[in-house]
Amino acid sequence: MRLVLRGITKRFGSVVANDSISLTVEPGEIHCLLGENGAGKSTLMNVLYGLYKADEGEIELDGVVQHFTGPGDAMAAGIGMVHQHFMLIPVFTVAENVMLGNESTGFAGTLDLDASRTRVTEISDRFGFHVNPDALVEDLPVGVQQRVEIIKALSRDAELLVFDEPTAVLTPQETDELMDIMRQLKEAGKAIVFITHKLREVRAVADRITVVRLGKVVGEADPRSSNAELASMMVGRPVELTVHKDEPQLGADALVVKDLRVVDPAGHAQVDGLSFTIRAGEVLAVAGVQGNGQTELTEALLGLQDDVTGSIVLDGTELVGKSTRRILDSGVGFIPEDRQVDGLVPGFTIAENLMLNRSFKSPFVKNGGLRIGALREFAQQKLQEYDVRARDIDSLAANLSGGNQQKVVVARELSRDLRLLVAAQPTRGVDVGSIEFIHKQIVATRDSGIPVLVVSTELDEVVALADRIMVLYRGQVVGIVPADTPRETLGLMMTGERPKDLKDVAV
Amino acid sequence: MSTVTNPTPADQGGLAPDPAVTPTKAAGAKKLPIIFGVMAALLAIVLLRSAHEGDTTFQLSAETDFVTLPDITVPSMLTAWLMVLVCVAVAGESVRRLLAHVRQPAWLPIVFALAWMTGFLSWAAADGRIRVVSLFAGAVALAIPLVFGALGGVLGERAGVVNIAIEGQLLFGAFAAAITASLTGSSLAGLVAAMVAGALIALILGLFAITYFVDQVIVGVVLNVLVVGLTNFLFRQVLTPNADTLNSPERMRAFPIPVLGDIPLIGPILFRQTPLVYLLYIVVALVAYALYRTRWGLRVRAVGEHPKAADTVGIRVNRTRYRTILLAGAIAGLGGAYFSLVSVAGFNREMTGGAGYIALAAVIFGKWDPIRATLAALLFGFASNLQGVLSAIGSPVPSQFMLMLPYLVTIFAVAGLVGRSRPPAADGVPYKQQ
Repeated sequence: MRLVLRGITKRFGSVVANDSISLTVEPGEIHCLLGENGAGKSTLMNVLYGLYKADEGEIELDGVVQHFTGPGDAMAAGIGMVHQHFMLIPVFTVAENVMLGNESTGFAGTLDLDASRTRVTEISDRFGFHVNPDALVEDLPVGVQQRVEIIKALSRDAELLVFDEPTAVLTPQETDELMDIMRQLKEAGKAIVFITHKLREVRAVADRITVVRLGKVVGEADPRSSNAELASMMVGRPVELTVHKDEPQLGADALVVKDLRVVDPAGHAQVDGLSFTIRAGEVLAVAGVQGNGQTELTEALLGLQDDVTGSIVLDGTELVGKSTRRILDSGVGFIPEDRQVDGLVPGFTIAENLMLNRSFKSPFVKNGGLRIGALREFAQQKLQEYDVRARDIDSLAANLSGGNQQKVVVARELSRDLRLLVAAQPTRGVDVGSIEFIHKQIVATRDSGIPVLVVSTELDEVVALADRIMVLYRGQVVGIVPADTPRETLGLMMTGERPKDLKDVAV
Repeated sequence: MSTVTNPTPADQGGLAPDPAVTPTKAAGAKKLPIIFGVMAALLAIVLLRSAHEGDTTFQLSAETDFVTLPDITVPSMLTAWLMVLVCVAVAGESVRRLLAHVRQPAWLPIVFALAWMTGFLSWAAADGRIRVVSLFAGAVALAIPLVFGALGGVLGERAGVVNIAIEGQLLFGAFAAAITASLTGSSLAGLVAAMVAGALIALILGLFAITYFVDQVIVGVVLNVLVVGLTNFLFRQVLTPNADTLNSPERMRAFPIPVLGDIPLIGPILFRQTPLVYLLYIVVALVAYALYRTRWGLRVRAVGEHPKAADTVGIRVNRTRYRTILLAGAIAGLGGAYFSLVSVAGFNREMTGGAGYIALAAVIFGKWDPIRATLAALLFGFASNLQGVLSAIGSPVPSQFMLMLPYLVTIFAVAGLVGRSRPPAADGVPYKQQ
């Protein structure tokens, strides 16, 4: 199916999310829509899918102009969408999810679950998905849930498939598998729109690339372009993709963790006997597939976990058993992995968010009252220093883009006298420009002699920032290796395998 | 990939199993033996502190029955202590299963509850008779409005609309049923009017909750207060002066079903009731079937769990919600007819007495499932009837204590004693389309 978008414009109030975007997608091709977070890619696809109504422009499928009033129409026309946040009902089975909205029924509206099961199995076998139609969606790994989304689209005979940031939630292996699936679908003659901001993926599968910036199409790019070319097109200026850092100036052992064990409320050891040391002025990056104890490790460092044994010694002081506030006051900075939940109060202003970790005492609190003047001055200064793009310091955190939200978190955490920085997924869901900025801040922190623990599921980020890399698997250390360890070795270690000739690097 | 046993990666979509849920499951298994232990100990203490020597007679059928079962007379204290032993044994089995990490089967609490109740009754009714049939038949009758109300609640919440207005729907249903049945002389017309009245309240709820995104709990409570005020006013100003024409409906009579009603024990309990009860059986079965086995039910549940997902597959979320709560209101209104057509003939001010709130509790206790909610409502009905029976035979238990029972059970249920109680994910969340 051939899709033509002509002059699509979509406004939200005074904001123009899509400014006269035109696009053509041919059958049997993977068309990448490349752009930063907030460039308007998802808005465009929601228009295509009938979730939003375009203010101007038209959608044409195989030469026929379409007028969608809802997603039902778009689906009937042969458009299928794999949403970034899966549109699956967790407590339903795969078969129920696939049939929803398109149910085959028997007498008096009775569900024909068998028909749906057969359909799921059929599609699953054809593409090698290995999906059990009777499994509850909430019990499935994320990668498999995504396949259910694909099956859902295919079961409705979709000829055009839209993948909206499909790799954001996937592990590296799952990402590779998804790429294979997309190629297979292309072979089957489907037209595919692949929305992403990840350059590596674009270059791996795209037949054509359209770059979107600030709601406008800035041009087509050749899939053979270099990362740097694509990035500068996407951001609108040359971008540094590698992090420049000097040799570390190592100091004394600053953070010493011994036999750390964290047990979750269900009684499973999520962190199981970790021991490591970070020296002053060093970045230790933790690599691993999500869910292998990283979250529990960072939370244990901050005193946010209940059942912690072992010892965490920072500059000679034991942290285990101390309250989170005492730990913060002793100079631990924390960039949490989910800024929306743990990093910010969305309903607070930027200024208010900037004082969250110092809400008890000076400089912002005196005799139990807020020193509004001092806070505003501080916020004003940080807004500029950290290049937070917002109307003013009274803007609500909820209204900022992901990158700017993260900059507020980073500004808050780095504006104190730190003795340790813990950064969990510091650039997840953040635009390239902000990634560059945040990475520089982390390196600057390390260069000022502060030990840094970085946790990331993005191997690129781990490799870029690390002085040493610690690979975690099921709450245990697979190995602590130098930053220049080959990616394949790291990838292998992330599955829990330890190469025979591997040597741990001591400090 | 699906066979990989890696720890499930958490995701950003909120679809991975909620880690906070697992511990509750484990804790739920621990709770059962604890409840058993405490309940058994309580019964033992009661027996020790105030012994009642004598015999207790359990009467299993009335003299007029087609098949009469003999009365069972047992020594009160001995039986009570025997039942304590059974309770302790069940508790022991439960502890054993806990330690062996084996699942706690459903028969454990059932056996326990039966033994506990038998023990308690034989103590409480020492030197008296317990009419088993009327104890249960009365429980079913008292549970009618609770079950209808709970079904209305389950339907509404399954579709994502918290139906606090059950009380209002019951009361308005009772009001409409009384007037209509008086005017037309037909109970059937009264039932229809009750449904319309319940649906009307639901429509107002929907208008505010679905169309205008007002907090559903607040709208529900306000509606309840509104209905109380409105019916009180109309009762005083309109019904009382014209009681003969407007407020003297014919009372629905019991209608024994020929063969079924003659089954010993079960027949008199379930099949010698008013037509409203038979209607109840049909409605429960229909709702349970429709919710899980039909396209309509699948869509209702989808809309209550993840409205956006439903929207993206072309389901009109708010239209589905409207339809469902109108149906829910109609069913709850039907329950209201019990008060003015079955319990007594005629409407009286605030005659529902908070039944709507107990029904709401049954919804939660029943984990948003029509069958379980029905059973929960029956339990509450049993507790209410037990209170009446015990005060009639002059038992030592203060009736006020028994009156508390449904509420106590509810508090424990809501506090999570009965394991995980997970509401529909989008329950109470209005859906805004962009």
